[in-house]
Amino acid sequence: MAALTKRSKVVSNKKISFWEKIYLPAILGGMWITLGHLFTKKTTVRYPEVTREFSEIYRGKHVLKRDDEGRERCTACGLCAVACPAEAITMIAAERKPGEENLYREEKYASTYEINMLRCIFCGLCEEACPKEAIFLTKEIVKADYERDKFVYGKDVLLEPFDPLKRIDVSKRQTPEVLEFKKDKNQRHNVQ
Amino acid sequence: MLIFKTILASAILLLSLVVAMYSTLIERKIAGFFQDRLGPNRAGPWGLLQPLADGIKLFFKEEFMPNTADKFLYILGPSLTMLIACLTSAVIPWGPDIVINGQVFSLQMADVNIGILYIFAIVSIGVYGIMIGGWASNNKYALLGAVRASSQMISYELAMSLSIITIVMMSGSLSMRDIVNQQQGFNWNIWYQPLGFIIFLICAFAETNRSPFDLPECETELVGGYHTEYSSMKLGFYLFSEYINMFISGAVMATLFLGGYHFPFIDKLGLSPNAFAFVSFLVLFAKITFFGFIFMWVRWTLPRFRYDQLMRLGWKALIPLAILNVLITGVVILLNQ
Repeated sequence: MAALTKRSKVVSNKKISFWEKIYLPAILGGMWITLGHLFTKKTTVRYPEVTREFSEIYRGKHVLKRDDEGRERCTACGLCAVACPAEAITMIAAERKPGEENLYREEKYASTYEINMLRCIFCGLCEEACPKEAIFLTKEIVKADYERDKFVYGKDVLLEPFDPLKRIDVSKRQTPEVLEFKKDKNQRHNVQ
Repeated sequence: MLIFKTILASAILLLSLVVAMYSTLIERKIAGFFQDRLGPNRAGPWGLLQPLADGIKLFFKEEFMPNTADKFLYILGPSLTMLIACLTSAVIPWGPDIVINGQVFSLQMADVNIGILYIFAIVSIGVYGIMIGGWASNNKYALLGAVRASSQMISYELAMSLSIITIVMMSGSLSMRDIVNQQQGFNWNIWYQPLGFIIFLICAFAETNRSPFDLPECETELVGGYHTEYSSMKLGFYLFSEYINMFISGAVMATLFLGGYHFPFIDKLGLSPNAFAFVSFLVLFAKITFFGFIFMWVRWTLPRFRYDQLMRLGWKALIPLAILNVLITGVVILLNQ
């Protein structure tokens, strides 16, 4: 009969030899292996003093990006909310008033934008869906809390700081596809 | 003389207590290292205050006693175990004689001429502590653990004594000091009795209830074995006495097989008697530490024996081997006469 997989092994049912029966060589072999582990590099991270290194493209807490002039990129189109498999994102759209051009980039913006971090599964589909490069996932982690309602993060938490020095770098998360999309001059926001 | 004996007794007691205390930390550290972890390192530098923290915790825990327990025996159990663990060290020679103000003092509590017999007598009382504790708890797991402990210790004691008989045959004395003094330099008993040493080592694991023979405790099937119902410092006594036993059995093994405080060339260094005694003591301590490490090394390498395997190993392998060893030793001694 042909073997079902290449990895199958023929099991022998032979009696163990005298050498195997006295166990001591096998025990010494085992002890040799554990002795080796005594000198290996330890995997423990001494947490408060040392923090584990995160991947550059770690998917943590979201950020709502501003553009180079500090205007919010989000236009409240709702594509992220549609894309979200966990239905964690809700928003309310509002129209830009005259005189607010330095705050919002386009005529429509999100007056409230909330992500429920208890629902969010950090898949990054919102980021993928966004046509305005407004939402990105960052290396920052969502902290634990005692109250459930504190996990609904609003714009006060998610929005990127206005100060140019405190901007959050997401260049590592801008994949070749994203960069290609940026060059598309048919999209109005890509025209400088 | 009496003052010196008192000081020595307190020193040895203190030493074994401190060693037992820090063995718990070293055990956890070594367990961590073997499993690619770091072990406790939060309490003090390198976790040095951890045993203290554990001790304080044990003292402040609730003293629980089951309603149906036999109150007197319940308290007697851990006390007896602790007492027996501390008693064994009395006949171990910790070093050569020291001289203070022209008077010669022996670094041994009591040089009884039946030292080995004394050790075996005391060690076999040790099983009562566990049996009484397990019985008095009135708990099926504790009772099972106690039954296992007693049958295990009785079966392994036989092989242990038989392996020692060869040492007694070679030295012609039951006194620990005589046995040590016959192992000057590198003339250790282990070179003449390798089989006896291995049997003794295996039996020592069983006698101290250490893994792979820790069936009396056996967390996976008996909850905690004989100390299931114990809490607070009564539990602490049981756990503590295990480490004292480890230390003492390390000392016994070093004395009987590894030449005690003897080491080649230290007598040729030209040290004063007291400095020589001190260095010799350090040598003995290093040997005990080595055994302590082996105890821990084996614990974190081997899985626990099944009960029938344990009994088969004791009765059908170790005892016949030990008898064979006695026979061979006897023949060799006869031929050499």
